[in-house]
Amino acid sequence: MKIGRGELFVGRAFLVVLMAFTILPFISIFITALHPSGTVPGGLEWPADPQWGNFVEAFKVSQMPALVMSSTFIVLTVVPVALIISTMAGFAIGLLRVRGANVLLFLFVLGLTLPFTGIIIPIYYLERAMGIYNTPLAIPLPLIALYMPFAVFWMRAHFVNMPTEISEAARVDGATTWDLFWRIHVPLAQAPITSLGILMSIWTWNQFLLALVLVEDPTKRTMAGALGAFQGHYATDVPLLCAGTILI
Amino acid sequence: MMTVDNRPAALPVSRQTQLNTLARREAFVGWLFVLPALLIYAVFVLLPFLLTIVYSFFKWNGTGPMTWVGLKNYVTVFQAPNLIGTIFNAFWLVVWFSFIPVGLGLVVASVINRVASGRFGEIVRTVLFLPQVIALVAAGIIWGWLFSLSGLVNEILKFIGLGEITRAWLGDFDWALSAVGIIGIWVLLGFCTVLLSTGISKIDPALYESARIDGASWLTEFLTITVPLLKQEISVCLTVTVIAALAAFDIVYVATAGGPGNSTAVPGLQVYILAFTQRAVGLASALAVILMFLVIIVLIPIQRLSRVESAQ
Repeated sequence: MKIGRGELFVGRAFLVVLMAFTILPFISIFITALHPSGTVPGGLEWPADPQWGNFVEAFKVSQMPALVMSSTFIVLTVVPVALIISTMAGFAIGLLRVRGANVLLFLFVLGLTLPFTGIIIPIYYLERAMGIYNTPLAIPLPLIALYMPFAVFWMRAHFVNMPTEISEAARVDGATTWDLFWRIHVPLAQAPITSLGILMSIWTWNQFLLALVLVEDPTKRTMAGALGAFQGHYATDVPLLCAGTILI
Repeated sequence: MMTVDNRPAALPVSRQTQLNTLARREAFVGWLFVLPALLIYAVFVLLPFLLTIVYSFFKWNGTGPMTWVGLKNYVTVFQAPNLIGTIFNAFWLVVWFSFIPVGLGLVVASVINRVASGRFGEIVRTVLFLPQVIALVAAGIIWGWLFSLSGLVNEILKFIGLGEITRAWLGDFDWALSAVGIIGIWVLLGFCTVLLSTGISKIDPALYESARIDGASWLTEFLTITVPLLKQEISVCLTVTVIAALAAFDIVYVATAGGPGNSTAVPGLQVYILAFTQRAVGLASALAVILMFLVIIVLIPIQRLSRVESAQ
């Protein structure tokens, strides 16, 4: 290895600067959150009298318990259902290679390029027509559907690389297709299923547009959706807003 | 094919039909596995996609009757400066959300590989990835505060002696869109770095070692090994970030709501405003169709980049 000391120094300094760029915003809002409610504090100035009570206040005014309940409910509806049906579809397309598998895959991958904003208008009117607008199902149903392109693509990528010998051996032992799926391939797919589950949980928690459009009551939205409403109400109270942002 | 002459004719036939029904049953069961995903995807994604196109040919306020207007909505989008302007804004954001994070991410990933391969590199990756975990809305709020008149950005500028250029960045006609772009860099740099870093770890280390024994500089290493061998990862990064840029909504909605004037209005936000506050559903749909079309147009050359790579 021939890396000069000067280069080591410059390279590491460069990385440190970038880390500072990433971290400073977090530090700044944390400090701001400790300033007295209603004041307009300076950037990185530690308050004379840290107001830890701001967090309690933000917790109360944002109706945090209701929010946590609502977001948790949405995550717990969306993620398991999306995991099960996308794993099943990925299994059929990647491993069983059902007739038309390529067409199906293309159809799902097409959805990867569709921005949410492109299809939000008809989703709104469809939900009104179906009577699920502003109900607990208003966010989960379209969200599950919107995850399908990525989720099916992801699971198919796993199943398509599984050796066929495993399935053949199970078949010889008389396993039905469901046995093959549930008792052999799902346990083997634990790693991709887990990472997909984590990704979809974060995306759901942070989903904003669907929550904003499809549910009127902020406390029945996702966390991000509620934060948007919180910002609307407390835009002028910077310390409180920062405290709310940190909590969420 | 199955028929064997010296056997009774009945056996192969029945065996054939048996196999056929088995295969057919299996195909049927296979389709049952796809059905739930396909059904919900068809209702909430494919159908809305088609409906957006249908709506775009009508004048509709969302409740009253729909009037067929042909291509008039599209003409309006291209003629109204505040609508076509959103598309130019979107392309300006591509530079900030896509080109800079991917380019900078490449540099960071290769610098990590060269001078910080151990635990320090791990820390850098984790720290840079942090903004990716929080909601975009939260990122918008945080930066909305940092860019404000008494925010951290201006404090730092004053500290390094640039006090005279301080301003309310997100309220400035010339600077607001670029300020939004900086938020995009902050959010997406970590994502690109982690993905590209993973790509580098798959490159045979012997390549780097032999280059270094020959005394290759960082730049030579970067241009001759890192970039050419990461085409696949670069194309994934570009795809994700370009979509994030063209379809940006959360950050802009929270940080500037399109203002001042229309200087930070992007198609995603304009679609939302037209459809849900101005009730011009047809016009909003036409803009949405143009947006989806743009995404596909921009993605085609990026996909070709990775295709060329896999063909080699």
